[in-house]
Formats: sequence, C-alpha cells, structure tokens
Amino acid sequence: MDLDPVLLARLQFAFTITFHIIFPAFTIGLSAYIATVLVLWLGTGREHYHRLARFWTKIFAVSFAMGVVSGIVLSYQFGTNWSRFSVAAGNVVAPLIGYEVLTAFFLESTFLGVMLFGWRRVPPWLHVMSAAFVAAGTAISAFWILSANSWMQTPAGHEMRNGAAYPLDWLAIIFNPSFPYRFAHMLTAAYLTTSFVVLAVGARYLVAGRFAEEARTMLRMAVGFIAIVAPLQLFIGDQHGLNTLAHQPIKVAAMEAHWDGSKPGDLLLFAWPDEKAEANRFAIAIPYGASLILTHDPNGLFPGLKSVPAAERPPIAPVFFAFRIMVGIGLIMIATGLIGVLLWWQGRLFETGWYLAVAARGWWIGFVAVIAGWTVTESGRQPWLVTGILRTADGTSPVPAASLATTLVLFVVVYGIVFAMGIYYINRLIENGPQGRALELPSAGLPSRPLSAAADAAREIFPGSGRART
Amino acid sequence: MEWYLPVIWAALIGVSVALYVVLDGFDLGVGILFPFAKNEAERDQMINSIAPFWDGNETWLVLGGGGLWVAFPQAYGVIMPALYLPVIVMLLALVFRGVAFEFRGVAVTSKKYWNFAFVAGSTLAGFAQGVILGGLIQGIRVENGQFAGGPFDWATPFAALCGLGVVAGYALLGATWLVMKTDGPVQASARQNAKMLLLVVLGFMGVVSLWTPLSIPHIAGRWFSMPNIFYLAPVPIITVLAAFVGWRALSRGDDFLPFFCAIALFLLGFLGLAISWFPYLVPPTLTVWQTAAAPASQIFMLVGTLVLLPIILSYYGFVYWLFRGKVRAGEGYH
Repeated sequence: MDLDPVLLARLQFAFTITFHIIFPAFTIGLSAYIATVLVLWLGTGREHYHRLARFWTKIFAVSFAMGVVSGIVLSYQFGTNWSRFSVAAGNVVAPLIGYEVLTAFFLESTFLGVMLFGWRRVPPWLHVMSAAFVAAGTAISAFWILSANSWMQTPAGHEMRNGAAYPLDWLAIIFNPSFPYRFAHMLTAAYLTTSFVVLAVGARYLVAGRFAEEARTMLRMAVGFIAIVAPLQLFIGDQHGLNTLAHQPIKVAAMEAHWDGSKPGDLLLFAWPDEKAEANRFAIAIPYGASLILTHDPNGLFPGLKSVPAAERPPIAPVFFAFRIMVGIGLIMIATGLIGVLLWWQGRLFETGWYLAVAARGWWIGFVAVIAGWTVTESGRQPWLVTGILRTADGTSPVPAASLATTLVLFVVVYGIVFAMGIYYINRLIENGPQGRALELPSAGLPSRPLSAAADAAREIFPGSGRART
Repeated sequence: MEWYLPVIWAALIGVSVALYVVLDGFDLGVGILFPFAKNEAERDQMINSIAPFWDGNETWLVLGGGGLWVAFPQAYGVIMPALYLPVIVMLLALVFRGVAFEFRGVAVTSKKYWNFAFVAGSTLAGFAQGVILGGLIQGIRVENGQFAGGPFDWATPFAALCGLGVVAGYALLGATWLVMKTDGPVQASARQNAKMLLLVVLGFMGVVSLWTPLSIPHIAGRWFSMPNIFYLAPVPIITVLAAFVGWRALSRGDDFLPFFCAIALFLLGFLGLAISWFPYLVPPTLTVWQTAAAPASQIFMLVGTLVLLPIILSYYGFVYWLFRGKVRAGEGYH
C-alpha cells in the first residue's frame, strides 16, 4: 500500500484541529455570556439570571474539557508530525504558543474551578470575577494562537538564516500584517457561534412552552447581539479579505476562482472550478462583482490563479466552496438578526412560530461557518506552511506512513466516541433545562475539574446514579 | 550568555516536567489504583480526592512539551518523531482518562465501561510516559540534526521496564495521596498498597539505576569514576533513606509524610537522570547548547516566564488551599 506520508500528516492535523476548534469556538463565547449573565445577576438581583448562569455553566464544563483534551494533542502534534516546521519556525512561533500557555491556559484552567464550584464557597463578587477571568483567558488564548497562525500566513519581523526563521522584532512578529483582522474575525465568529446556540436553546424552550422567563431572556440577548454583530462581522470579513488580497493574492484568487488577472472578476455564486482547463464550469455569476468587492471598481483588476504556476496554487475547489458556505451562513446570520429585531420591535418575537422553529434548529450554523472559514484560510495558504518560507511538504516529520496511518485511525475512532458522547450529554443537559430553584451545592468543593459540574447535573437527571447522598 | 541561557532553560524545563510528573502523577496514580476499590462508593471517594486538581495538573504537561519547543526546538523536533507512537498513545490515553473521569459520573448503565476507561487511560498514560523515558535513556539516532531511526527503536525490554516502573511510581504517589486526603477503608487500603509499592518502586529504581550505567559506558564513567563516586553516592543513599522514612511513616499511621517521601523519591530519581545525562538533551549526541533556540527567543520567553511563573504558582496554590482537608467516606458532590 502506497500512502503519501505528507497527505496522512495533513489529514491527521486537519482532523484533530477541526475537532478542536469546535470547542473554543463555543467556549470563548459561552464563557463571556456566562460572565455577562452573572454580572447582570449581581447588578439586578433577578434570580432567573442566576439560573441561566448555572444552567449554561454545566454545558460550558463539558465543552471546555473537550477543548482542553483535544488541545493538548495539538501542542504535541507540532513536534510529532511537523518536526521540520517546528525547527524552521520554532524560534518565532514557539514563544507565542509558550505565552499562550503561561498567560491563558493556566489562568482559565485555574479559575474555572472557582467558576464551576465556587458558587457557595466564595463571595459572589469573587465568583463573578472568576467567570470573567475564564472568559478573559479564552480570549487571550485566541490572541496568541491567532498571532502564531497569522505569522504563518503573513510572516514579518524575522530574518531567515540557514532555512530557519530568527526573530528580529517581536512587536512586528506578534502584530504581523494579517493578525489584527484575523483575530477580530475569529473572536467575533466565536461570539456569534455561541449566540446562535443560545438563540436555538431559547427558541427550543419557547416552542415547547418551558422555562418561559429564561427563554425570553436568552432570545432577546441573542437576537440583539446577532443583529449588531453579524453585520459587523461582514464588515470585518470584508476588511480581512482586502488585507488578504494585499498579502496573499493567490488565496483570494482561489476564493473567487479567478483565473485570469488581466480581466475584471465576476462574483461567482456557484461554479465548478476545473483546474486542468484553468476555467470555471456551470458558473452563475454577477458580472464584475468580485472586482467591485475587492477593488471597489467594477473594472478593477486583481491577480488571477494563472499568474502563478499550478504548483504554487492552493486546491481551488475546497477554498472556493468553503468560502461560499461561510459567506452564505454569514448572510443567513444577518437575516436572522434583522428579522428577529423586526419581530421584537413589533412585539411578536416570542409568538412567531416559524422564526422560533427555524432558530431552534439552527444551533450548528456558527460551527459550520467557523470550520468553513478555517478551511479557506488554511487550505488557501497551500502549498505553503509558512507563506513564502516553508512548504507544507517540507515541514513534516521523519515518521513512516504506516505509523501515520495507524495514529490517524486511532484519532478518528477515539475522537468519534468522545465527541458523540459529549454532544449526547450536552443535549441531555439542554433537555433538562435551567433548574427552578437554586441547586444543592457540593459540600466538598471541586474547582479545576471541568466536567464534574456536568456530573452534578447528571445526578439531577439520573437520581440514584451511584453515589451515596449525605 | 550563550553558555548559561540554555542551561537556565534546561533547568526550567526540568522543573516543569518534575512538577507535571509529581502533580499528574498522583491523580494518574489514583486511577491506576481504582481496581483496588471494593465498591462504587470507594471509587467515588477516590475520584473526589483528586477531582479539584487534575485539570490544572495536566496543564504542566502542556508547559513541559511547549516549553521544550520554545527553548530547544531541535530537541523537540527530534524527540517527538523518535518517540512518535508512545507519545500519541499517551495523548489518546489522556483523552480517555480525562473524559472517562467525568462521563463515569454521568453514565448510568455504561458507568462500568467508563470506570474501565478511567483505569485503562490512567495506566496506559503512565506506561507510555515510562516508555518515553526509557526510549530517551537508550538514546536516539540522529543524523544532520534530524531523527534518523526507525518507528520502533524505543521498543525494548528496558523501555517496558521503565514503563512499569513509572506505573508503579504513579501508583505510589496516588496511594500516598489517598493516605493524605481520605479516611476510612480507602485510606487503610491505600496505606497497605503504599508500603508494598515503596518496595516495588525502590526495586525498579535500583534495576534501572544499574542497568543504565551497565549498558551506557559514559554514564558508568560519570557515576563510578573517582572522585565522582563520592560526590554522587549521596543520591542513592538519600533515596533509600527517603523510602525508609516513608515506610516508617506509613507504619506509624502518619498522614502527610508518606506523600512527601514519595515525591522525594521521584525528585531524586529525576536528579539521577539529570546527573547521568546533563548536558545531553537528546541522548547520546545532542546537547542543550546544540539544540537551543535563538538567544533572542530564549530571552523573550525567559523574561515573561520569570514574571508569570510565580503568579501562576500563587493562584495554583490558592486553589489547593481552598480545597484542603480530607475527603471523607460518603462525602463528595452531595
């Protein structure tokens, strides 16, 4: 059997990181939401905010633990599967990851414990502060990881010597050209992803006629947030696209399946890029649309795929379609927000059945958009691992294909089981809903143990599940 | 600067790994000892004693691996592929351990499967870490700064022995932790196990300590030559002493001392390894200076680390303090 080790390494990294990003995409937003709701509770004293916070904290615990466990895998995978990259880029990229561990990981994992289990053990202000620290930790983590990843996209502040990058200017490295846009875009995406989950849960309860007060609060907060932030994300995305055009024009060419840079680009709603023919089939196009968006001039020109040899181009179809999926979802998000605000203004938000039914089923769209977006940016960077410096094929480890195939299968199996159980469990927590009265709290505190809060919830769901009650 | 900067970093990585081994060691150890619990209530008590701490403990593993990358990218880039399968197995075992930890509290009919996953994950993770250690001690084939060996170079009886030794060592840490943090039958059983494990671990340490210099001449030279043998003799002597003190403490019914004796054993073993191997980070050929990152990178990271590490240790310790005291039989979530 002739397996390509580079392809296997790429598949494994793509699989493990796609699995991983789902969780931070949720927990960044959810931790902020929980902290917000707790502050509202502190400020207004209204009990349902407290119930909401308790409810979502249990779900947060499950998701956060999955994120941690899948994240450790990635920090070692740089070395196991991409050792030549680790050496070539390590002087620049590794410290950024190191600071992520020191400023974000320890902060969030330590205060998580107080957040999950300190409800009665510490004064309310300390508990709320802990939740805020966790939210801050997740955002700080996004800062460093986006900085590292952005440096791989648009390297700066370094010099190359003997095939390795050496740092010259740390500010230029950290705040490399694409970083501000990508950080803003991802952070906003995380908050939007969470808001659609909150929206869906609120809508689900309203449709079922349960937990009315909490459901209305969730719906209002979600709709308000989406209505403001989804259009904002469109603007951020547009700016991000313009920045990408400046620094990674071939990626943009792939996003738009724009072959010929000597002509203006059409906005392709759908097409089938044919790499051999270097043309698009079955195109449904808005003429001059791409030029208009990218250069603000319908006759503006921007580089086409044919301006570089085929070996320098990313895979067109994944980048092209993923981009359309992401933008399509973005437009749906904007519509959801605007329609929601309109209904709210008309006083019909909680009674409009079709809107609630659709919203209740749409909890997943943020996650799909995030994965699609990451596919665009990472696949669009190919064949480069670090743009202009190191090709993906030159970044791998000297590990034989058989070992790679084995571990890839293991990851798929293990993650498949874990992921399925996690989703199943979160769904049960949602099904059970926010509890009507304050819960009995554990007499022994259990801080830094994310999923044990979920276990508390389970004991409510499955009375008599094993443990002696005192 | 060129000389001591990598040495400082080697010490920092060493501290990070030592902290990980001791901290995650005891909660992996509790997992390894799970089969000794007689019923679900005892299992719950064991879990509750480590519940507050295990997630933070595991973060030191990320700092250890990430820190190795930051400070010694060439070593990171050789060691990880060289020990590919044991590292991946360790990571997957830790995934299962972490998930099983919590899912067993949720599941009803499938709880026993998650109990099994918890034991298996903890044990396999410990074993894999021991194999990684053994693989390192045996040396790694390097050519032109890259790993040049095969996928099973590490798979030897010696590595398997190290794997078992680490499992026993973690079990010892877990048992002495339970002596410290629990009461009732769980504590009593842990006390018995700890005494037995003290002997087992001492045995493993003895075998590895003799096997290593016998098979690697330069290590023999380091330990057994004059005058080194006089300077270094205290290490094995204090190790045996620590075990003896631990044994006495266990017999006397002491709650705290056994755990710290177990820690002492680990730290002394670690010290022995460092003495054997310094300055080689990738035995037998690559030193800390050869594999060091650019000075600018090491300094950039060092400045932040010196500021942040004390802060981290402070709030970390605060959490341990918040959850001090015994986890009594029947106590826990309720």
